Amino acid sequence: MAITSIKNLKEFSTNNDRFEGAHTLCPGCAHSMIVRELMNCTDDNLVISSNTGCLEVSTAVYPFTSWDTSWIHIGFENAATAVSGAEAMHKARKKKGTLKDNDAPVKFVAFGGDGSTYDIGFQWLSGAVERGHDFTYICLDNENYANTGGQRSSATPIGATTTTAQAGSHSYGKKEKKKDMVAIMAAHGAPYVAQLAPNKWKAMAKGFQKALETEGPCFINTVSPCCTEWKFDPKDTIGITDLATDSLMFPIYEIIDGHELNILYRPKNIIGVEEYMGAQGRYKHLFKPENRHIIDKVQQDVNEYWDYLQRREEARI
Amino acid sequence: MQDLNLLANDNRGQTDLGNSSSLVGWDEVTQGTILQSFEGDATGIAQKKAEERSYSTFSSYTATVASWRVKKPVFNIDVCIDCQNCWVWCPDSSILSRDKQMLGIDYDHCKGCEVCVEVCPTNPKSLLMFSEYTPLDEALSQWPEKKKKEEK
Repeated sequence: MAITSIKNLKEFSTNNDRFEGAHTLCPGCAHSMIVRELMNCTDDNLVISSNTGCLEVSTAVYPFTSWDTSWIHIGFENAATAVSGAEAMHKARKKKGTLKDNDAPVKFVAFGGDGSTYDIGFQWLSGAVERGHDFTYICLDNENYANTGGQRSSATPIGATTTTAQAGSHSYGKKEKKKDMVAIMAAHGAPYVAQLAPNKWKAMAKGFQKALETEGPCFINTVSPCCTEWKFDPKDTIGITDLATDSLMFPIYEIIDGHELNILYRPKNIIGVEEYMGAQGRYKHLFKPENRHIIDKVQQDVNEYWDYLQRREEARI
Repeated sequence: MQDLNLLANDNRGQTDLGNSSSLVGWDEVTQGTILQSFEGDATGIAQKKAEERSYSTFSSYTATVASWRVKKPVFNIDVCIDCQNCWVWCPDSSILSRDKQMLGIDYDHCKGCEVCVEVCPTNPKSLLMFSEYTPLDEALSQWPEKKKKEEK
């Protein structure tokens, strides 16, 4: 097992980057922070597949590729399918002994945005997890279809304005709540499911390593602040992620075997969701007096969900 | 180093398709493209540092996005404590860290997003943004003094 040691950041930084620069993601995009961290936390050979999305179109601008590993892009929905096919082939060829290096450890990873994970690729992901392939699926959750101009997805939280759920005189933005994807994947019986954030790099690297080591399908939801569509300054990417985890809009936790829930980060000072929302342009309209009740509703939902997570952690169910 | 924007209409890799004047059948068309990131064997690439690797012209390492930048980060080695915060959060793999030490910035791949300046914990910051046209020694001579804690 060539999992690299990550006792501290200095030690972690001795790893060589396998995700090259000069991709065309926006400056300050959190996608590449997450991808880099995954590729740096292991020395094993990686086979990666990407759903269509910001990550895919920006890292494979013909005639360039930013990936130093095997990487495949096929369709919007089927990164999970492609990687499970590759995994099945690898297993079969390993059995027959027809691989170039039969002992080299290979890990299978799929990346998808929230659009392709929560909406379009959901059925395919569900199928791949049900079949029990040995892969890790990482959702880069930026809460909208950022690649096509910021349409709503089922990951968009209530109250956020998007190009297809616009705030205005008759609407306060998206009216529906965000889908709880982590719980859905845990209900599949996946051996390791987690929600992680790039600002807590250690928790994230450890979560990635755990998922790569675990045999069977693993799902990780990572929050990836989108400076273009969430409307904040690119330099604040990590600051916004801090607000997201400290306000518990994105609690960081893992679920092992569908029942053993561990909270990986407990903020010392829990801040209100108002502070998190106030830092982003997409929630600006909620601070008008007629929309204030939405903020209160979100705060109530967040409190209830945090309470639910803590109870689940205690009860181990 | 080639500018990524100028190469958008480049058709390298398509030479096999373009030469024949007669149309090819549906079953003769090559589906998709394979881009090799490295020249020759890529075994054990994770153990090699970027300068030891033999990148092919298809790897985006050989391209540059320097023209995206309006401001550039400047690194002051005298203040740096090698915490590597900038390394872990740089979205463009542009922080050159070797043997636990921060050496500098890869200006070919930096887009000037300023994330590294924000996460720098030293006082004064060891990374600061300057205009793209400020020479490095001029930028270093303008470095601010250590800020004292404000009295409460």
